[in-house]
Amino acid sequence: MANVGWDEVNDAALLNPFENSMQDLVNTAQSDRDYSLFSSFSASTASWRVVKPIYNSDVCIHCQNCWVYCPDSAILSEEKKMQGIDYDHCKGCGICADVCPTNPKSLIMYEEATVEDSALASWPEKKKKEKKA
Amino acid sequence: MSKEYVLKEVEFWDGAMASSQALRQAEVDIMAAYPITPSTPIIQNYADYLSNGYVDGEYIRTESEHAAMSACVAASAAGARVTTATSSQGFALMIEVLYQASGMRLPVVLNVANRALAAPLNVNGDHSDLYLGRDAGWINLCTFNQQEVYDMTLMSFKIGEHKNVRLPVMVHQDGFICSHTAQNVAPLQDDVARKFVGDFEAVDSLLDFARPVTYGAQTEEDWHFEHKAKQHKAIMDSINVIEDTFEEFEKLTGRKYNAVESYMMEDAEIAIVALGTTIESSIEAARQLREEGIKVGIVAPRVFRPFPYDKIADALKNVKAIGILDRSSPGGALGMLFNEVTAAIYTNDTKPVINNYIYGLGGRDTTIADLKQIAKEIQANADAGKLTTPVQQFSGLRGPKLSFFDMESSK
Repeated sequence: MANVGWDEVNDAALLNPFENSMQDLVNTAQSDRDYSLFSSFSASTASWRVVKPIYNSDVCIHCQNCWVYCPDSAILSEEKKMQGIDYDHCKGCGICADVCPTNPKSLIMYEEATVEDSALASWPEKKKKEKKA
Repeated sequence: MSKEYVLKEVEFWDGAMASSQALRQAEVDIMAAYPITPSTPIIQNYADYLSNGYVDGEYIRTESEHAAMSACVAASAAGARVTTATSSQGFALMIEVLYQASGMRLPVVLNVANRALAAPLNVNGDHSDLYLGRDAGWINLCTFNQQEVYDMTLMSFKIGEHKNVRLPVMVHQDGFICSHTAQNVAPLQDDVARKFVGDFEAVDSLLDFARPVTYGAQTEEDWHFEHKAKQHKAIMDSINVIEDTFEEFEKLTGRKYNAVESYMMEDAEIAIVALGTTIESSIEAARQLREEGIKVGIVAPRVFRPFPYDKIADALKNVKAIGILDRSSPGGALGMLFNEVTAAIYTNDTKPVINNYIYGLGGRDTTIADLKQIAKEIQANADAGKLTTPVQQFSGLRGPKLSFFDMESSK
């Protein structure tokens, strides 16, 4: 968000998320929306995060569980296909990794500084079912 | 469509009736309230008009004043003309939400029947609640009698809703002394009043789905300061709209109002500064004193926020001594009106002698005799050219004389 002066902020303590009127919001992808400078979408909360989810598209079955459960709309999905994570708004709560049903998980929480490629290179193997005794 | 309510040219109304009739004529959409004495009749009267078909709107009974103001904030954000009324403890409970209303720039109108704050519990008038809300970012209009309550309440909608203002407005009247006693009031007929107030135009309505809006967003050190600065500028600049509205109202009714009211100040040597119904008593005291040769005038801020700093200074530039009267327990300081008015006078070349009176707490009667005594003390200061009394004194208090700051210069 640009650091504009007092004369340029909104009159009221309120946010207009879009520059202009938005019609048919539900069917407009985030990337096509006319977000305003003062929209929460234009601001980043990435610095709040200590751990981050890393997404492995090789294992994902596109069940949309993470998309449904994410409390910050930080799972990017189009046409019911998982696209990845919005790291500008993800706060690292770990719910997406928790609700992921695949084996191994398609979303795993890592330290914030972890490099994605190295995490994907050492992704856990499929766990075998334990035989009942 | 509401029924027409035919009014006589002159009605005999108490302050609560004057206020509620103005709310009816302003065609308020929503009143959200928790009834508290003595603002109760304002709310009750509006509910009566609603039940009897004299206004189209909604009355929301809330579980507290905090909830009442919260409902007002929500309804105003949704795009309605909104009002409530309260007093004292109820006002204190509203405080948190008062700041929300002004920060979100919602033109809610709040009638306050000014009353003491507990403890001790008290249902009578003083200005404790008025003082408590002074930094909440609301426009504050003060009234000294029932006619002014009616006039200011009508004007408050026009002022607060103006596109260059968009701020909530409080209209203050003295609890019981004004709210529950009746005087002649000359109201406007409904069609004239409605035309004067005009239609409500919603800005940033929550119900405009094509242009969604987030109310109550969080800002930290990065944005809070800019928003508060812009809000402060809006209330400072609102004085222009207030004065324009006073002028328009004068053209309609012949009743002239000013940001700072002056009575008998043309030739005054000394002045009393006060608020509320004390102004009318002071005018009567001044008339009697002038027969004894004491030239006393009265100055009162009609607009208390934004504080008319320059106009107060101008109104008091020619007097030798000033007594500033605070009807609120200052809790360890000089009275607030004393502090603010004295700061304004400091910009003048003259250096009048100024003292402070704490009076009338919890509805203690302030008589013409009390005010004449105060004026005589102010006159003694003017004659001596210095303080002849301590800076702060209590007037109308039983027991040994109570005063503070007996300055070396006054001995």
